[in-house]
Amino acid sequence: MKTKLFIAAVLVASSAFAQSVIINSPGKKPLVAIRNATIVPVTSAAIPNGTIVFNNGVITAVGANVAIPANATVIDGTGLFVYPGLIDSGSHVGLEEISAVPGTVDTAELGDINPNARAEIAVNPHSNVIPVTRVNGITTVVTEPAGGIISGSSAMIQLAGWTPQEMTLKAPLAMHIHFPRLRNNSFDEVPQDEEAAKEAAKNYTKQIDKLHDTFRDAQAYAKASAARTSHPDIKRNDRDVILEALVPVVEGREPVVMHANLERDIRAALKFADEFKLKVILADAEDVARVIPELKSRNIPVILGPILSLPPREDDPYDLVFTNAKTLNDAGIPFAIQSQDSHNARNLPYNAAACAAFGLPKDVALRSVTITPAQIFGLADKIGSLETGKLANIIVTDGDPLEIVTHVKRLFIGGEEITLDTNQTLLWEKFKARPK
Amino acid sequence: MENETAGVGGRESGVVERRSCSDARLPTPDTRVLALAFLLIATAASAQDIVIRDATILTITHGKIEHGSILVHGGKIAAVGTNAQVTAPAGAQVIDAAGKFVMPGIIDTHSHTAVEGSVNEISLPNTGMVRIRDVLNNEDINVYRQLAGGTTTALVLHGSANPIGGQSQIVKWKWGHPVSEWPIADAPRTIKFALGENPKSSNFRPPPGIPAQYPQTRMGVEEVIRQSFIDAKDYTARWDEYEAKKKRGDNPIPPRRDILMETMVDVLKGKIDVHSHCYRADEIMMLLNVADEQGFKIRELQHVLEGYKVAKEIAAHGVGGGTFIDWWGFKAEAYDAIPYNVALMTNAGVLTSVNSDSDELARRLNQDAAKAMKYGGLSEEEALKLCTLNGAKQLRLDHRLGSIDVGKDADIVIWTGHPFSTYSRVETTLVDGEILFDRQHDLVMRKEMAKEKTDRLKKEADDEAKNKKPGKPGNSDDEAKPEVTDEN
Repeated sequence: MKTKLFIAAVLVASSAFAQSVIINSPGKKPLVAIRNATIVPVTSAAIPNGTIVFNNGVITAVGANVAIPANATVIDGTGLFVYPGLIDSGSHVGLEEISAVPGTVDTAELGDINPNARAEIAVNPHSNVIPVTRVNGITTVVTEPAGGIISGSSAMIQLAGWTPQEMTLKAPLAMHIHFPRLRNNSFDEVPQDEEAAKEAAKNYTKQIDKLHDTFRDAQAYAKASAARTSHPDIKRNDRDVILEALVPVVEGREPVVMHANLERDIRAALKFADEFKLKVILADAEDVARVIPELKSRNIPVILGPILSLPPREDDPYDLVFTNAKTLNDAGIPFAIQSQDSHNARNLPYNAAACAAFGLPKDVALRSVTITPAQIFGLADKIGSLETGKLANIIVTDGDPLEIVTHVKRLFIGGEEITLDTNQTLLWEKFKARPK
Repeated sequence: MENETAGVGGRESGVVERRSCSDARLPTPDTRVLALAFLLIATAASAQDIVIRDATILTITHGKIEHGSILVHGGKIAAVGTNAQVTAPAGAQVIDAAGKFVMPGIIDTHSHTAVEGSVNEISLPNTGMVRIRDVLNNEDINVYRQLAGGTTTALVLHGSANPIGGQSQIVKWKWGHPVSEWPIADAPRTIKFALGENPKSSNFRPPPGIPAQYPQTRMGVEEVIRQSFIDAKDYTARWDEYEAKKKRGDNPIPPRRDILMETMVDVLKGKIDVHSHCYRADEIMMLLNVADEQGFKIRELQHVLEGYKVAKEIAAHGVGGGTFIDWWGFKAEAYDAIPYNVALMTNAGVLTSVNSDSDELARRLNQDAAKAMKYGGLSEEEALKLCTLNGAKQLRLDHRLGSIDVGKDADIVIWTGHPFSTYSRVETTLVDGEILFDRQHDLVMRKEMAKEKTDRLKKEADDEAKNKKPGKPGNSDDEAKPEVTDEN
């Protein structure tokens, strides 16, 4: 109790600087066995009274009849459930501390074309948002830039670690393009008068042209770079970090997360992707139900969300955003779910559940925040399920993690047990202790 | 000229400035069709009694009834009990709710839904003279969406751009009804105050050439509120003097009437309830102190994100708190917002509710109530009150709203499962005994709407093709239009 009060006192002093006092990770990856729990590996059937063993950060055994090593720390999971840590497929966690205070926000670089911006560079490991995101079982997030048209590249980060480098699982993960939208200002999709419509069309064309020019330049740059590699006698050129960042993208080695919401914009984005032969992951996509054949024929996976948001148009069905996941699932198109949030990325599981309330099978909803994002981002060998050889990103709960009333009891990231304390629990403790 | 009013960007497009959404929504013919359809079923429903059968009823005031029934008669709850205790009168519409959950309509004590145009009359520090009831828009589709989330009653407020924003309005979401029927007739009058970063313009700058508006500090916010009540007392004194002189037989000149001052006087007299936007603990204390000093009451602190820091002071003043669970860190004054606020305030004796301040969140206040169980450990019973009875009490309407009790308004929500499960959704919502949302009906309606839309677009295209005379490809719109209109 005394330590908790002390921590709370420190917190008040430190919160002014927006720095968490919560321990990032203990630095120990012990041999642990959780037994007698219902284990939900996600990629295989749930195991009642199962055991999971992990050591040195990696899962070493999962099953109904697993021998527990003699020197393991044993956790009794009677009445509890074990799931893989949840994955948020799109967030600004670590990049944004207080949204209205620009000095604490690092999501959007100036200008339209910033492929060289890299999210992991600006991740603050001591952000108070990180412990808060963990409380509902999220262990891993895609954190991404959001400015302009080509916003920069995202990173898959573990929500534990003392430096951005310790946290980063993969970076650059994907290039994020916020595909231009035809509109005349931030409030209106449809221009209100002829002049405004003309202006909007002009701006739109300008943005599309800029995007095309950049990608053509990047193709040329890639070609030139490749040529110079095979023919060292070709004259050296100055490096261009902007185009250089796009080389793996135009060469199809790095995927593009294409953010487009309305049908018109999605179609334009797909056309653009076809032209440059990009490896595309479609994101946001509230009109996704209108482009199913196009996605299917191109094998494009989708990142939906936030699901808890209003339909884009007045005359849309009230449940349009809730039903998109079922539509994709019925069509056999893989999809993951994102919060597209920072402070409330913790509500990711309830975004997935909302899809299940409107027809998506519950197990698919769970997959959309575990194994599917791992597959989409090429990390299924490391995260997203409870399987031997994967990172021990593990949560122990008293129920279904997609239910609000469930509590996450313990949380492991890369085999390290991470505290579930947050600045918020410390403030709670502090003010519970205020004399009556 | 039906063509002009029906098309997107037609007659009504000028009035759809929206507050915070990045996507304006224009009224379209389809919504009007939907509204009309619901008016029709509403009228039909109100003509007969409704019995909801075999549900799990979350009464809020007297526990959970398994296999329970509710009789709705004349817009009120006429009976509630086990299936055996409630008999269906002849001709009643019976809703089979076996396996479903029923709760009272959700009450949102902080809404800006259905406000036509801007929510802020920002031009003066105190604009208490303006009224939300004058600008309610019964075509706002978000009202229907909220019924689809179980919300039936709302306190619709001005924004928070000035310390005193204007008079709010308590309404029922009577979708499909004339807007004159939305205000709850015997509801108290209410006024919106605002403290902190918004009224002191911290997070936005006036356009070039426009000077910054007073106040710019929390000191200034306090002064605006205090001065308003000092002025109101002087105003009362001027009228008292006038009346006294008249009584003496003098022929005094009457003071000039001032509807702002009349409003502030009514606040002092307790005829208007104060609901105040606030975040930080210091500004909460400021308002409680000014209220004590000037002799008026605060009914409800809105947002009150740091309410947990001064919960005992709030409780001692008998003031309620309507708060968010999740929203934190969006500005400096919300950095210490914690989801445990609800539990800490409740446990300190503050009458607490969860409310939305958002067209989106207003559709799932049941989930925010559930989060108070997760964060801070409120019981299910306490948590259910957060989005029902406690809001009713804060609005001083608990004699008719907030629980499933005989004699109360039949504002009832039928869920596919427990409303605290994230897998549940609303099946049917009744307001004053009328079914204003029904999912099965919605599914039918949306098909008809889609068909109507396709038919209209096809007809428009056909008409256009017909009007294009051969050999004259450059036919102007002006020539084509009258013919189309005639046919319509």
